Amino acid sequence: MTRHDATGMARLRADFPILTQRVHGRDLVYLDSAASAQKPRAVIEAMRVTMETQYANVHRGLHWMSERATDAYEATRDDVARLLNAPERAEIVFTRNSTEAINLVAHSYGRGVLRPGQAVLISEMEHHSNIVPWQMLRDAHGVGLRVAPVTDAGELDLAAYEALLADGMVGLVAITHMSNVLGTVTPAERLVRIAHAHGAKILLDGSQAIVHRRVDVQALDADFYVFTGHKLYGPTGIGVLWGRRALLEAMPPFLGGGDMISSVTFERSTWAQVPHKFEAGTPAIIEAAGLSAAIRYVEAIGYDAIGAHEARLTDHALARLAAIEGVEILGRAQDRGGVVSFMLANAHAHDVATLLDRQGIAVRAGHHCAEPLMRRFGLDSTARASFGLYTTEAEIEALATGLERVREFFA
Amino acid sequence: MSESFEALRDLYQDVILDHGRHPRHAGRLAAFDAAAKGDNPMCGDRIQLWLKYAPDGHVEQAGFEARGCAISVASADLMAEVVAGTSVDEVRALFSAFREMAKHGSAARGASEQSAALAEKLERLRPLAGVHEFPSRVKCATLPWHALIAAIEGTQETSSE
Repeated sequence: MTRHDATGMARLRADFPILTQRVHGRDLVYLDSAASAQKPRAVIEAMRVTMETQYANVHRGLHWMSERATDAYEATRDDVARLLNAPERAEIVFTRNSTEAINLVAHSYGRGVLRPGQAVLISEMEHHSNIVPWQMLRDAHGVGLRVAPVTDAGELDLAAYEALLADGMVGLVAITHMSNVLGTVTPAERLVRIAHAHGAKILLDGSQAIVHRRVDVQALDADFYVFTGHKLYGPTGIGVLWGRRALLEAMPPFLGGGDMISSVTFERSTWAQVPHKFEAGTPAIIEAAGLSAAIRYVEAIGYDAIGAHEARLTDHALARLAAIEGVEILGRAQDRGGVVSFMLANAHAHDVATLLDRQGIAVRAGHHCAEPLMRRFGLDSTARASFGLYTTEAEIEALATGLERVREFFA
Repeated sequence: MSESFEALRDLYQDVILDHGRHPRHAGRLAAFDAAAKGDNPMCGDRIQLWLKYAPDGHVEQAGFEARGCAISVASADLMAEVVAGTSVDEVRALFSAFREMAKHGSAARGASEQSAALAEKLERLRPLAGVHEFPSRVKCATLPWHALIAAIEGTQETSSE
């Protein structure tokens, strides 16, 4: 894709209005895309145009405006199905975010299908959103919770993973496709094969992965896949659960309300078909328009170009940061995406983040909603730089220069 | 170097860098009368605090273990230093004056009502006043104080939001 070689990628930066902002008198260097990505003009425009020209509630009105809004909302489902290569559009369920998608599965599949005595298997490198819902399920429903360890390099311990599945009691594996702390991309296809071989279904948390690489749920042979719009250059407030139709149909609803029913009397109600069974209440109509625009934006650039660009940046960042005295990088996985966590000797991550911020450089600092992983490595917090398709090599240089200053400050 | 970066010297004064790196009052007290934990769940800062009271009810000694940034450790250490020898009421007065200083840069409203001894203690905490320009860091400075109040009130656990 020559249109988006290194020069082409640099040109895309102009699509993101916020990146011209200045912070503390310096050009903004935004290295916190793994927390939330910035939005291209196409997304902003799509949401504005929706509100200005075709907005009404969906699935209800018999009037023209509602029909247009419904068409647009349902077209987003098609865009998501295409993005994931889902076999059927009805398998796409809109949620608020990945967290809600996981909670939906934990609640509906967990209580409706899993039996007490069975177990859910997660990993040590999960975000809290893929830990806490399963703990809640364990406490309420008597489903066990097992945790697959990570190696010192920050990769999943595959032998331990398989051993934890060996007794056949694991009904569901719920595991990240890419760690938000270590940058590790997990070997999803192998994880799926191993899970299935032991009779377990598998949910992949693609919140980070889908930003950086093509996801094909059929090639992966996964059972559930979740992601959130706002990390994929889309708006906040909309996320996605993909699930195999047969699984979704076997699951009871999550939230009750309007739009998810077939009929309601005071005695009983019957549920709508999937996916509507899981979409109670007025959905994120405007955000759906934004998500469509984001998906199309990413597809137009192509995951090959995005992946190549981010691989270049990540390699450069790893080499550049490792060369700074006192900097230690957490996570040395072979297969990784554009997320780099690091520690600086004699300086706490929060202090590092404050000092970088004053140089216009936005990084995340803390436990990154992954406290158990931090504990696994004997840490309370790290600083984290994460990259998007708009990140430049000059910004990596700014980070390195900024870190040199921080080091001198605390020397 | 930019003006903004140099302004960080207001936040990270030498006193703070020094106490943050080499706290004098770190460590669990061998014998104590009250204890509390403080936790900032958003950033992961944690403190455990132990207090020993004198027979007259004054705080005799404070010790702490903290895992956190330079600001929170330095604040805990300076707090442990100034509360030694104060009454429980004076601790409350100091906390409210300090909190105001951390949020607004000065504790002018409370200062005139303070005794000379308290004013002096508050002055010792002044290097931390710089946090008021860094809203996301104010809670780093106040977390140890929340733990202290929890210890004297006997609530044992607290979090700074």
